[in-house]
Amino acid sequence: MRIYADNAATTKLSPEALFAMMPYLTDCYGNPSSLYESGQKAKEAIEQARETVASCIGAEPKEIIFTSGGSESDNQAILSAAEIGKKNGKTHIVSDAIEHHAVLHTLKKLQTRGFDVTYLPVGENGIVDPEDVKEAIREDTCLVTVMTANNEIGTIQPVCEIGKICRERNVLFHTDAVQAVGHLPIHVCSDNIDLLSASAHKFHGPKGVGFLYAKKGIRLTNLIEGGAQEKGRRAGTENVAGIVGMAEALKGSVSRMEENGKKLTDLRNRLIEGLSEIPHSALNGDREKRLPNNVSFCFEGIEGEGLLLLLDDRGICASSGSACTSGSLDPSHVLLAIGRKHDVAHGSLRLTLGDDATAEDVEYIIRSVKEVVSYLRSFSPVWRDLTAGKSEFIL
Amino acid sequence: MALYSDKVMDHFRNPRNVGIIEDADGIGEVGNAKCGDIMKMYLKIENDIITDVKFETFGCGSAIASSSMATELIKGKPVKEAMTLTNKAVAEALDGLPDYKMHCSVLAEEAIQKALNDYYEKHPEKKPDANVPA
Repeated sequence: MRIYADNAATTKLSPEALFAMMPYLTDCYGNPSSLYESGQKAKEAIEQARETVASCIGAEPKEIIFTSGGSESDNQAILSAAEIGKKNGKTHIVSDAIEHHAVLHTLKKLQTRGFDVTYLPVGENGIVDPEDVKEAIREDTCLVTVMTANNEIGTIQPVCEIGKICRERNVLFHTDAVQAVGHLPIHVCSDNIDLLSASAHKFHGPKGVGFLYAKKGIRLTNLIEGGAQEKGRRAGTENVAGIVGMAEALKGSVSRMEENGKKLTDLRNRLIEGLSEIPHSALNGDREKRLPNNVSFCFEGIEGEGLLLLLDDRGICASSGSACTSGSLDPSHVLLAIGRKHDVAHGSLRLTLGDDATAEDVEYIIRSVKEVVSYLRSFSPVWRDLTAGKSEFIL
Repeated sequence: MALYSDKVMDHFRNPRNVGIIEDADGIGEVGNAKCGDIMKMYLKIENDIITDVKFETFGCGSAIASSSMATELIKGKPVKEAMTLTNKAVAEALDGLPDYKMHCSVLAEEAIQKALNDYYEKHPEKKPDANVPA
């Protein structure tokens, strides 16, 4: 049995995306900037893809620029808003504690350049309170950046409400929607979004391509200087096959969103119910306001890497927010932000189901996790002290 | 290439000498849960020979494998020899560890040193230099 339950890390390329890409990886290899036929055909394909992507999020085609992925989009969106702010004498940015590193590290860079950043805390449920955003906005705030859905614990942020507050206060609003696009309904106009980042490989598109939505009138700062591609907002010969594959994948994901969402929500709920039977464990993030495929748990008395390796032996691909899997000494900033103690944050497990997941898969995962957790606890000195009453249970 | 060598995976999947020794002659615990690694070693020593050794570990795959390998390297050996066990020897016996996991082998060395020190504290007369005149 082989179960891929790490769809927040990446997803399988959809067959229709691959099919759509093939011509641009083979015969139709012309440069979209060239005037002969194969070049112009590639250019048309890109513009068609732009229309498709735009229509999937309620944007206009010219508001979409193609990038290398979510990280680049996040960088460009934030640096652009900062540049605009600086011109107007506004150098304050509002964000939160559980953003992706593509956002956090960009903000850190801006802090060294004289920007002031407020990182809002999140509650135990892993959700930003719009009231906190309202209070944090100042006269000199140029940007609010809050993700649509968290990559580790799957919590869905009140983007529409935050966007509304930003509109009222005339502050740009960016959302890192990498985990949400293709999985949750998003409409940039009704959700009051000014800038949005997305990555193709999170919705069954190819790796190395993504897009940035920038509302009409927002001047983008170039990260890559060169030719006039993407109307001068992103130089470099376009990743034609990637862009075409992304559009096709997004179209497919959006058309199956409702059906998959319902199915996955049921499977997710069963998985949460099953794993909750493990003593001294806890679900990370809100029970309801989370991505339909995301289950994140902490198990007391064990470390996450061993859990992942033994699940891999049982054919299950999963992920963890433990330090040992990342090469650093600190566990996930997201788990710490929702109040998990270091000791238990090390024992975390993230399962993100694929569209093809079945009820049988879920039962198999539950059985396997139960076995592995109790095995690792059987020779954990931490667990021994806990059960002997020498230290107190946290969970 | 896989993250770990076959040897690491073997010792992780089938750790040797797992458990505790109720009447251990020396016990050593190192690391802390906050950092994500704790190793605890139990030694049984008779006539200056380590006749039995057991461990319990909270930690990643390489921490478990390092503990397991370290116990194998000292079991049946004279105490004096166990005192000289280095983290390098543990890592080499495992056919290497990724750089950022070397601290796991260090923990294994330290856990054994600590257990041996505990033994000497309980049996000061056994200390190698106890009878040597100053």
